[in-house]
Amino acid sequence: LTPKVIDGGTRPLPTLTAENRPFWTNGHDDQLHLQRCSSCGYYLHPPGPICRRCSSRALHWEDVVGTGRVAAWTENHYPWTAAIPLPYLIAIVELDVQAGLSLLSQVVDCDVSQIHIGLPVRVAFDDIGEVSIPLFRPIA
Amino acid sequence: MITPARLEEHGLITGIGQSAVGRKLGRSGLDLTAEAAAEAIADAGLQPTDIDGVTCFPAARSTAGFNGDVALYQVSDALGLRPRWFAGLGESAVAAPLIEALTALATGLAEHVLCWRTVTEASAQGRQSRTSTIDTSQLESSDVFLNRFTPYGAISAVTWLALRANQHVEQFGLTRTQLAQIPIVFRENAARNPKAIFRELLTLEDYLNARVISTPFCLYDCDVPVDGSTAIIVSSADVVPEPSRAVRIEAVGTGARDGFRWDRVDGLSSSQRDSAQMLWSRSALRPADIDFGVLYDGFSFITLRWLEELGFCEVGEGGDFIAGGREIRAGGTLPLNPHGGQLSAGRTHGFGLVHEAVTQLRGEALERQLEPARTAVLGIGGGPLCAAFILQACG
Repeated sequence: LTPKVIDGGTRPLPTLTAENRPFWTNGHDDQLHLQRCSSCGYYLHPPGPICRRCSSRALHWEDVVGTGRVAAWTENHYPWTAAIPLPYLIAIVELDVQAGLSLLSQVVDCDVSQIHIGLPVRVAFDDIGEVSIPLFRPIA
Repeated sequence: MITPARLEEHGLITGIGQSAVGRKLGRSGLDLTAEAAAEAIADAGLQPTDIDGVTCFPAARSTAGFNGDVALYQVSDALGLRPRWFAGLGESAVAAPLIEALTALATGLAEHVLCWRTVTEASAQGRQSRTSTIDTSQLESSDVFLNRFTPYGAISAVTWLALRANQHVEQFGLTRTQLAQIPIVFRENAARNPKAIFRELLTLEDYLNARVISTPFCLYDCDVPVDGSTAIIVSSADVVPEPSRAVRIEAVGTGARDGFRWDRVDGLSSSQRDSAQMLWSRSALRPADIDFGVLYDGFSFITLRWLEELGFCEVGEGGDFIAGGREIRAGGTLPLNPHGGQLSAGRTHGFGLVHEAVTQLRGEALERQLEPARTAVLGIGGGPLCAAFILQACG
């Protein structure tokens, strides 16, 4: 990437497309908005044009409870973006709804001494304009 | 001729070349590539007009010096080459040009293939601010992984590999003191390489006190961006001018069954495993037959993972294998990266490792020459995209 200072207090936003817009704009409360195969029920993330499991092209979007467990984590100390105070926790979260369904995100309101593989977490959103960025918090 | 059964038997590495390698050389990617390519062509005993195939990774249009901002056709024009076959590779493994070259030779599309890898990342990064390094305007396609990771500032391979290294810490008990041996040993090696970027010894104390980048990685777990170009000539086995200096390709391995993703739950089922499995399936040799390794060290942890997947230790035992550094120094089970690796000699991005393997196998590595050095294993790249090779001396 060619670095360029992004001014302003918000985190950098994803480029929205027809394919990914529902994921980034329809999450709310503790609900992720995920793509799902209408034929076999498989959840797809990242979203795509075809079911990765059964090749059906009949896909729809639905709210899914955004709970899961930390599968991998790191405490980042490098200022890749000025919008997120250092250090902060980046994690891969495996969602409860389907084994292997995972996304990279940030774990907030969590001390580094508290995070570990298997930590139960729940989604919380950082709303920036039309975009709702999923973050995760430990489940108390 | 009798058509060999195996792809690997169709070609030999006949020439290597490398430009100056350094921090912010202030030279164009084309200039560096021309220097490396001309050296490799001469090293092979060839003329530029003998080169009838060209391939590189990646092709033109890349970001921030990652491909040296040089296109395949520019190099071909500049050197007066007359290729019959060419392939600028975009989505492929780092060292895939060598496999592509073998394929072109085996199918009769070319007799002498020039492969190169050029980077001008040091100069490109020098033009940038050191912080706030995200430019979302470059993210054009919808769900390339970078687009998904941008809101979290997770745009660097250091983050993606740190996530995996931390899994090893938690699941297998890998310690930073163990991981430190990779940069420490490679720095010792770099002291014997006049072209290395960093040549002063690195102590465990230096390592443990270094700036943390992303746990468990500190500064010394990350390789050093450089400007430089490395070129390799692969020639048809039928037409090799000087067979005694050639290096044969015993086996290749590649694979990317998990796709180009960095956010899977199980990061270990990666293309390193695929590459290692294919590699050993194409050779009767086994780890005990290998004299030394050049294993990708863009991050220290990638080297450890290659040791595991190539079978020099079990998965999860990489930390114990490298502890104390004895097994990976000269005289150990598998001496590694005698030129200092990318951690100390600079991120020539895989091709520099191939260059060092060939130099060692020819017995031309001067003060850092390993003995014996007849058979080498190469693990090039890491994460979801990589390739592996076994190379052997001919002479």
